[in-house]
Amino acid sequence: MDVITDSHVEGNVEHEDHGLSDLGYIKIALLLAVLTAIEVLTYFVDFGVLEVPSLLILMVVKFQIVISYFMHLKFDNKIFSYLFITGLVLAVVVFAAMATSLVFWTDPAGCDAGRFC
Amino acid sequence: MKARRRLPLDNATEVNTSQLAYGPTEWDDYDVPPLTTGLSNEKMTMWAFLGSDCLLFASLISTYLLLRNRVGPDTDGSTAAELFDIPFTSVSSFVLLMSSLTMVLAVTSIGRGEIERCKMWLLTTATLGAVFIAGQVYEFTGFYREGLGFTTNISSSAFFTLTGFHGVHVSLGIVMLVTLWSLISRGNIGAERAETVEIIGLYWHFVDIVWIVIFAVVYLIP
Amino acid sequence: MAITEEPPLILELESGETKPSTGAFARPTYAKGWRAWVFTVDHKKIGIMYGAVAMFWFLWGGIEALLIRTQLLTPNGTVLTAEQYNQIFTMHGTTMVFLVVMPLAAAFANYIVPLQIGARDVAFPRMNALGLWIFVFGGIFLNLSWFLGGGPDGGWFAYAPNTSVTFSPGAGMDFYAMGLQIAGIASLVGAINLIVTIINMRAPGMTLLRMPVFTWMILVVQFLLLFALPVITVALVLLSLDRTFDANFFNVGMGADPLLWQHLFWIFGHPEVYILILPSFGIVSETLPVFSRKPLFGYSVIVISGAAIGFMGWGVWAHHMFVSGLGPVSVAAFSATTMFIAVPTGVKILNWIATMWGGKITFTVPMMFSISLVSMFTIGGLSGVMHSVAPADTQQTDTYFIVAHFHYVLFGGALMGLFAGMYYWWPKAFGYKLNETLGKWHFWIVLVGFNLTFGPMHILGLQGMARRHSRYGPEDGFDFWNLMVSIGAFVILIGMIIFAINIVKTWLGYKAGTIEQSPADPWDGRTLEWSIPSPTPEHNFDYVPVVTDLDDFWHKKYQKDENGKLRKVADGNAIAQLGDQHPHLPSPSYWPIVLASGLPLIALGLIYTLWLTGIGLLVLVAAIYGWSLEPHTDPDASHGHGDDHDDDEPDGDHSENLIDSPKDESTEEAPVG
Repeated sequence: MDVITDSHVEGNVEHEDHGLSDLGYIKIALLLAVLTAIEVLTYFVDFGVLEVPSLLILMVVKFQIVISYFMHLKFDNKIFSYLFITGLVLAVVVFAAMATSLVFWTDPAGCDAGRFC
Repeated sequence: MKARRRLPLDNATEVNTSQLAYGPTEWDDYDVPPLTTGLSNEKMTMWAFLGSDCLLFASLISTYLLLRNRVGPDTDGSTAAELFDIPFTSVSSFVLLMSSLTMVLAVTSIGRGEIERCKMWLLTTATLGAVFIAGQVYEFTGFYREGLGFTTNISSSAFFTLTGFHGVHVSLGIVMLVTLWSLISRGNIGAERAETVEIIGLYWHFVDIVWIVIFAVVYLIP
Repeated sequence: MAITEEPPLILELESGETKPSTGAFARPTYAKGWRAWVFTVDHKKIGIMYGAVAMFWFLWGGIEALLIRTQLLTPNGTVLTAEQYNQIFTMHGTTMVFLVVMPLAAAFANYIVPLQIGARDVAFPRMNALGLWIFVFGGIFLNLSWFLGGGPDGGWFAYAPNTSVTFSPGAGMDFYAMGLQIAGIASLVGAINLIVTIINMRAPGMTLLRMPVFTWMILVVQFLLLFALPVITVALVLLSLDRTFDANFFNVGMGADPLLWQHLFWIFGHPEVYILILPSFGIVSETLPVFSRKPLFGYSVIVISGAAIGFMGWGVWAHHMFVSGLGPVSVAAFSATTMFIAVPTGVKILNWIATMWGGKITFTVPMMFSISLVSMFTIGGLSGVMHSVAPADTQQTDTYFIVAHFHYVLFGGALMGLFAGMYYWWPKAFGYKLNETLGKWHFWIVLVGFNLTFGPMHILGLQGMARRHSRYGPEDGFDFWNLMVSIGAFVILIGMIIFAINIVKTWLGYKAGTIEQSPADPWDGRTLEWSIPSPTPEHNFDYVPVVTDLDDFWHKKYQKDENGKLRKVADGNAIAQLGDQHPHLPSPSYWPIVLASGLPLIALGLIYTLWLTGIGLLVLVAAIYGWSLEPHTDPDASHGHGDDHDDDEPDGDHSENLIDSPKDESTEEAPVG
């Protein structure tokens, strides 16, 4: 495994195969902390109609940042991404479909005798 | 109709018996044939496993989302959501997030051969994870004292199952980190096997991103 | 060979420094006897064991079927009580799906895939052994229920809340839930191993689109397993938590929705049926070209449709729930997706027919079984498409029409394909062919018996005979066809007895020397496994095969001359490798079977007493540490040798899946050594 020297002081210097420097990772962590703070802010401040979308967007952005940088997927071979993203996408799509079916597509009138449901 | 060709099975022309179909090649000079993609088997295993784990947590999260507000004639007690202490859980979440940072630093340090520093970061990560777990335990015992146990109602069963699964994942991660620390101390893992640390790191980060989802979807979204 | 406790090996790390290995015992070195099998990490022995154990369960599942058919031979049968009947049909289905078809596919995958990709073993040989032993113990555990209060009685699909403690008070469903968790771990471990093997250990020059179709189908199946198993894991956990720890997931009084179980189960369950059929599709994609002496028609289309089936299979699950109260919009959506999924399957059928068309066909036994898959599966597929029309399914569901459908696809499809594989690859595995004459008797009697058993079920279903009922009345008018069905079942039995006789006779004959040893390439095959001796040498390939083409071995034997005509340039047996090299191989290991044994203890403990769970966890932790720290066979060996590294991640898997059985916070571990 190759070496990243601390003396690269550029912060977010992205080396092709080697990810970020330590300082770069610290900056990423700070970014994540800020995003988390904004998320928590929704508890204290009324975002109104923006609350749920903001939380979801922040969640996705944090998720993406940890995967790409901390888990190195951005710099690694695509095969790893395919393996993981397939599972992730399947998970989201299948369970979104299940939720839709269970919550939004139920027959509001119920299954009376003689009615197909 | 086109005439069909017979395959000349019986009229073998040059049957060459001295040559093997697959004889020695320069690939046999390797003790070990190079891996097809050049990627590590172990790392690929961990990514495949994490892909699978996405479905595990998706099922649990969906189950929770479906059941969290459901009531029936026997329902008693509050839902889990009514008892959340968001400030407290925010601190816990922050702790876990930072543990991901310390984990990355452990990986980069062993990549540079800085064994002692790696050990330090590993222990820090494990400690932060333990703090997170302690926070969970505190939170859950608090709920229990307020009348929300595992069996209280359907919402509580779902909540504790989801967070419990996550907590067990974290706990196993902590044990792995401590074991890793110990093996590095004993010299079984050096800089040349730094990938081991990276692979454990992947697991740890995954546990963190699951919590990112749980924190948003279970705690924050009303 | 005796095992001695040697002083710790010295590990020489790549950096040059030496460290003592921490393994307490040296790895076993048995080459013969039962211990050579129990501690083996060789994919071929593991494959054979998967197959042998699966055939044992096939016998048991078949007996369960015969019990069902004896009960239903006449109206108001008295062979089984209703409670017994529930247990028998539940276990018949559970056994056949999880303990027969899946492990038989695993047997072939384990044995054949490394050979087809030119590898010496799978990526993680110890993990491979682990999967086998977990499966063995899981099957035993599941069937312990018979002796400990009765088998599970909720159907193989175990719908909650019917399977909750209120309605299913015995321990049977607990054995079901935990038994399937255990078996699921085996499949998951195997899936990860095979995925990494197929992606990362192919011979030089073997691109993905030069891989044999069987290997491709196995790859798709492993991905299906990888992603579907967690969902049933969760479903079974929820059920177990309800049953053992009083959770409320399926407690309707607490507001539970019974549809939750159904969704979770079938999100797994539908990919599961593709897991069951795709290996057999792969097998016949191998045999049909060989015995038609023509390349597979439309290789890339077959590969893509296999992947498409795997992918689309995730979008159809609720067609098992059309009458469960989903609502018309859901029903319509899933009805449409179910119709679509018939397309890639139909494409494959057409491609197989086109493969045979114009070929020089030899009707060997494997070929006959393969052709029967094509025809019988088509019949099953047609009834399947009828079910996809939701209004029609409203009449068909829960009747024997469905039973007919799935037996046509699973028996007429999956099982016939597996038999084809057995006859086809038997010489490679054991060094001699099964007897053709007995094989033909086996085939025809089974084919006739199978159609006699399941054909009339279409009629019975449309006449209104319901599934899962322990008896029917004399006034129903089902007598005649049920009689035919039951007779058919016993005809199948006769066919299977002939198969057993075939196996025993040829084995005895081979040992006595009266049956000739098969050469490397008895069928004039197309793929790499036929370029090495029969039976396969332990190290598989003397030299790494370098591949330049699809069906590369065939191209070594048949080439186009200057006029563009295909000419035979070599006899397969003459150019096959000789098996005379002796490369280093991974050592056997104690730990896989030890680790596997912890799981049933944990499960039994959860049913009876937590002390047992504690013991099981200790065994598990000890085994994980032992595994991670045991010495390398060859300290200089590194990745990719097929040798396990101490820094494997099998442990991550177990620790993960141990979470699936509800337990307290014990943290048994997955160290990375």
